Amino acid sequence: MSPLLSLEGVHTHIGRYHILQGVTFDVAEGRTTMLLGRNGAGKTTTLRTIIGLWRASTGAILLQGEPIGALPTPAIARPGLAYVPETMAVFSDLTVRENLILAARDGPLDEARLKWIFGFFPALRRFWLARAGTLSGGQKQMLSIARAIIEPRRLLLIDEPTKGLAPAIIGALIDCLKEIKRAGVTILLVEQNFRVAQEVGDDVRVMDNGRIVHSGPMAELAADTPLQNRLLGLSLDAHQ
Amino acid sequence: MSALEPEAALPRQRIDIVPALLPFLVALLAAPLIGSTSTFLTLTVAGLAMGLMLFTMASGLTLVFGLMDVLNFGHGAFISVGAYVAALVFMPLAAWSQADSLSLNIAVILLSILAAGVVAGALGFVFERLLVRPVYRQHLKQILLTMGGLIVTEQLLYALFGPQTIALPLPTALRGAFVVGDAAVEKFRILAVVIGLVVFAGEALTLNYTKLGLLIRAGVENREMVEALGYRINRLFIGVFMAGSALAGLGGVLWALYREQVHASMGGDLMVLVFIVVIVGGLGSVFGCLVGASLVALIANYAGFLAPKFALVSNIALMVAVLLWRPRGLYPTGGR
Repeated sequence: MSPLLSLEGVHTHIGRYHILQGVTFDVAEGRTTMLLGRNGAGKTTTLRTIIGLWRASTGAILLQGEPIGALPTPAIARPGLAYVPETMAVFSDLTVRENLILAARDGPLDEARLKWIFGFFPALRRFWLARAGTLSGGQKQMLSIARAIIEPRRLLLIDEPTKGLAPAIIGALIDCLKEIKRAGVTILLVEQNFRVAQEVGDDVRVMDNGRIVHSGPMAELAADTPLQNRLLGLSLDAHQ
Repeated sequence: MSALEPEAALPRQRIDIVPALLPFLVALLAAPLIGSTSTFLTLTVAGLAMGLMLFTMASGLTLVFGLMDVLNFGHGAFISVGAYVAALVFMPLAAWSQADSLSLNIAVILLSILAAGVVAGALGFVFERLLVRPVYRQHLKQILLTMGGLIVTEQLLYALFGPQTIALPLPTALRGAFVVGDAAVEKFRILAVVIGLVVFAGEALTLNYTKLGLLIRAGVENREMVEALGYRINRLFIGVFMAGSALAGLGGVLWALYREQVHASMGGDLMVLVFIVVIVGGLGSVFGCLVGASLVALIANYAGFLAPKFALVSNIALMVAVLLWRPRGLYPTGGR
């Protein structure tokens, strides 16, 4: 399958720190690619570099073969990329409705799509006119993901969506991610929870010390416990 | 049922009403100490007028602080420029200003406001491009460069118009006062209150009921995420900076008419008050700015009457008290 997104030898420096040290991998169109690794491996930096919030010092980032590494963040997002940061970054001073109005870049809110989203996250309908700052952590995560899918997108970059969430909410998130997959959306998902990775991932890339140390199908890694332990070690024990 | 209709009763939003009540509380406390109702009314209207003029000047600065994280110590330059533009508009239209016609008097003020807004907004564009853009996220350099911009602008005004103070008499119909009972309420102060309230209503409507306003509020809170949603925040920055500068120019017109004089350092002189208003109100909050400006002006007026020596430090005391209570100001916005 042709790659939608390709990273070729990407290096990212943050201040004096050399975080990404030649990251190379592809994200196939229509598939969910998991980006796994220990804390500090460079997963978040990889997503932020793709969306342009941090600049790659060298290397190429290609979206369907077109270089996007030098573009400003809005120009990267406009062709259909959405970013869900680890911090959720909902606009707490705005209501749920206003957060979604802003996310719908190209026009008014689509009622059918809203109904689809409310099917996964009914709390968002209940708190429609509440300020996002008053939502619980799980509800903020729902809003953050709803914001990313309020309009059809080609590629979702999602950073640790299940972190700190209750199991019931994680279940709803998994259902939502599976449904998004079925709609043909490509997802690059950073996740520490291996069970979630197993459930939604098609492919996997494992990072360590700013490099990709393993690439392959998710099912292969899920079936190979020694490989999991070698690649993910403590991170797997902590989050499984 | 529409997808947009809430399916159940919404939880009530917690409205933080206490800071908004502070100006009323201050007035209630001051009333018995002042004793005379007429004096109290005069001082209160004067305080409100001053407060709304300060609000007009400070509301642009608070958005620039909140949205762009820019410490613009040169904001006073736009106030001075606005005042000079008013003087320039009043000179050729002296006949309108001195005519015994309220409509002609108001017309000359509106023309001054329009011209001052355009010129101060254009100067804001130049400031943003030349001084602020190269030093985004470098606060110390921002302070130094924008202070430099203020000094250069003041010196240019001196060079162009001379060091002397220029008189700017009020239009005929706005001189004098309305007498309400025993209280005298200056006519111009009523106009200043009305203009200040119109500015506040315009800002509140824009920020709360337009997508542009949502973008500004979202940008105040998290610029990165606004960019990640696909919006070019740099254009928004320039627009807000120019709008903030234009509002400062408008404030400069009102202040010059209030003092009936114009001089190059008037903007710089006002910056301490403007910063206190912004800090007390909470960075980035227009409503906080309104509450802060009302508090600053009312307390200054009451203190000036009740304890003139305390009036010298009343604003600093207010700021210290507010920051001890709420370290991020009365209505903080975003992460700053």
